[in-house]
Amino acid sequence: MQDAMEDFFRALRAADVKVSPAEAIDAHRTVATVGFSDRELFKDALCATLAKTADEVVRFDDVFDTFFARDALTPAQPPPDHGDGDPMEGLPPEAAESELTRMIMQGDATGLAQAMEEAAERAQVSQIRLTTQRSRMSRRLLEEMGLAEIEAIISAARRLEGGGDAADRLEAGKRRLAAEATRYVERQHDLYASGSGKLLREELLARKALNAEGGIDPIDQAMMQALVRKMAKRLADRYSRRRNRARKGHMDIRKTLRKSMPYGGMPFEILWKTEKIDKPSIVCICDVSKSVAAAAQFLLSFLYSLNEVVDRLEAYAFSGRLISVNDILDDEHVDQAIFQVLRKIGFQQTDYGKSLEDFCENHLDHVDRHTTVIFLGDGRSNYADPRMDLMATIHKRARSVIWLNPEPESYWSQGDSVMHRYERFCHVAKTCNTLGQLERIIEDVLRTYVPH
Amino acid sequence: MTISPTVAVPAASTDHLASVDALIQGLADVGYIASKRIATALYMSVHLQKPILVEGSAGVGKTELALSTATLLGLPLIRMQCYEGLDESKALYEWKYGKQLLYTQILKDRMGEQLSDAKDMDAAMERLHGMGDLFFSEPFLEPRPLMKALREDNGCVLLIDEIDKSDEAFEAFLLEVLSAYQVSIPELGVMVAKTPPLVFLTSNNVRDLGDALKRRCLHLHIPLPDAALERRIVASRVPDIEATLAAQLVDFVQSLRTLDLRKSPSISETVDWARALILLNASSLDGEVVRDTLNVLLKFEQDIAAVEPQIVELIRRPVG
Repeated sequence: MQDAMEDFFRALRAADVKVSPAEAIDAHRTVATVGFSDRELFKDALCATLAKTADEVVRFDDVFDTFFARDALTPAQPPPDHGDGDPMEGLPPEAAESELTRMIMQGDATGLAQAMEEAAERAQVSQIRLTTQRSRMSRRLLEEMGLAEIEAIISAARRLEGGGDAADRLEAGKRRLAAEATRYVERQHDLYASGSGKLLREELLARKALNAEGGIDPIDQAMMQALVRKMAKRLADRYSRRRNRARKGHMDIRKTLRKSMPYGGMPFEILWKTEKIDKPSIVCICDVSKSVAAAAQFLLSFLYSLNEVVDRLEAYAFSGRLISVNDILDDEHVDQAIFQVLRKIGFQQTDYGKSLEDFCENHLDHVDRHTTVIFLGDGRSNYADPRMDLMATIHKRARSVIWLNPEPESYWSQGDSVMHRYERFCHVAKTCNTLGQLERIIEDVLRTYVPH
Repeated sequence: MTISPTVAVPAASTDHLASVDALIQGLADVGYIASKRIATALYMSVHLQKPILVEGSAGVGKTELALSTATLLGLPLIRMQCYEGLDESKALYEWKYGKQLLYTQILKDRMGEQLSDAKDMDAAMERLHGMGDLFFSEPFLEPRPLMKALREDNGCVLLIDEIDKSDEAFEAFLLEVLSAYQVSIPELGVMVAKTPPLVFLTSNNVRDLGDALKRRCLHLHIPLPDAALERRIVASRVPDIEATLAAQLVDFVQSLRTLDLRKSPSISETVDWARALILLNASSLDGEVVRDTLNVLLKFEQDIAAVEPQIVELIRRPVG
């Protein structure tokens, strides 16, 4: 059972259920307590020890069902249709030596299943990682079971007088066995490796340039959405940790003395120094114009996720003019929200000057010395007045200004880009055109610039 | 792990813990209808002696589970409500500063007498060190919920409610209590529980809890119940209700949950609604009664506005 449990933990880990050694120990204790006679109880008890979030419970259920169903899944080998004679009849004498041949010819399903498990152990089928390993693995599994032996017996039987019939039967048995082996490897792959392919794709996606030609594949869209959300959540977790500072445990002498007056100077009530909790706020201004069209969708989905996790986020989008998109982000589902923002304001001629003007006129009161302002845009203003004065105002009022530009730095200030001029009024200006970069930057930003 | 093998519970209640089915039955007797998964998690938590972390949306009976377990096992319940800014002086212990100050006053008064016959400063200091130092000692300790729970010699049920609302620092502080059932008090040393309490933590997922905390707990997610289970819960909580009305009402609530509402009604709302309907002497659901009592079920203006026009249709619609 120990081995089976270890394999089960590995399958769980492959399905992204975190199982630490301590939890593995707990699981063993669980099994010792409940036993495995009652399948339902066994499952529920293990689930309580191993799965630690609602998501993990779902994944646990899947893995459990696949993993512990495997014996039931192995269909019984149909006994060969042979009448009452000896099933080994017509085979060459060496066949009698071969255990595998005997099992195939007699249709010993249990024996075969067991032999397969043992062979799988030797062939290390459960180490399978990639889809492409499947056929090699099934081949190796069959070899371990003694395929060569069977093939030798078949060819020997064909040479024998009247052995053709028996050879055909053995041949059919071999084919069934091969199919069985493929299925077995397939299941192992599902258990241990299906997660790794997804991880690989996520990794690639995180490195993909967001303003690349054609943007993100629609097929990857959902995955990206999930990735962005995960990222925003991670950041927000770390971020909110920062804002809760416990009081320091120093006595506040002044307040204590004042409180002690009614008791004739006896400090009955001790007061402690407390620290004011300073909740940070973020203003995020996102360019959704034509020039950043490919990246806009991504920037918006990031904005959306950030809005879900950060309490005080003011979100604005602009191309020609600037609007507040807080309501849309609050009310709509992510796809719908992005679509609506883009329909309302997206893909027009960029006018940074006008948009800054809009912002300063209507929303400047959201910016104070606690605010971090994040610009997401390429700084291409179509040769219109970039209104540096307004940028300076924002810079002066805000705690910090961060500019994330999807273009590489060598493009800044080429053509109509005024990025280098804006850069002067930013505390940080960075290139950011992959998910990985974005995460790194935002994390740095939060670490350095968020008010303590 | 150096924990004694079982939680000591009054002998009469041990047979409730003999098997999962006995536990389900026992909980049902004290008015808590538990699904198999809930009972299994509870069973494991008692036998493995691990805290149990209960998650689920508001009103599915997380806190109620702890209360019912305490009733079932006949153990005292100690409850600690978490909130932002909760710290160890409110959760664990606090010194009785006022008394400590009085003590120093007494000490000062007595000091003269005690030390008057010492011939020089050194002798006085010698004598001073010889006196017992009571300043930091148990009599001056004001125990807060966690310490109270650890000091219950016959065991108890400790409910740490809405742990997700507390700060991360506090969560880290809890780890010692939860894994070893002990606390360290810098001035006194380590206090170990004689009988580990049965610990429930509840969470609404306001923030993600740390892995370290999760690892120390068994996890139980209580979902919204299906219709059959909910009917049983209503029947158990509101015994006066007629079966037909209960069925109708549960169907209505179940179909409400399929709608896209800001806050779906959970079990506590269903039960409240059932009670409200009894008060109004309603014998069956009709549009008017539902409209009048919708505010018991839905807690947001937008939700009420969204549901109101569909009431008649929802009543007629059979579920499933």
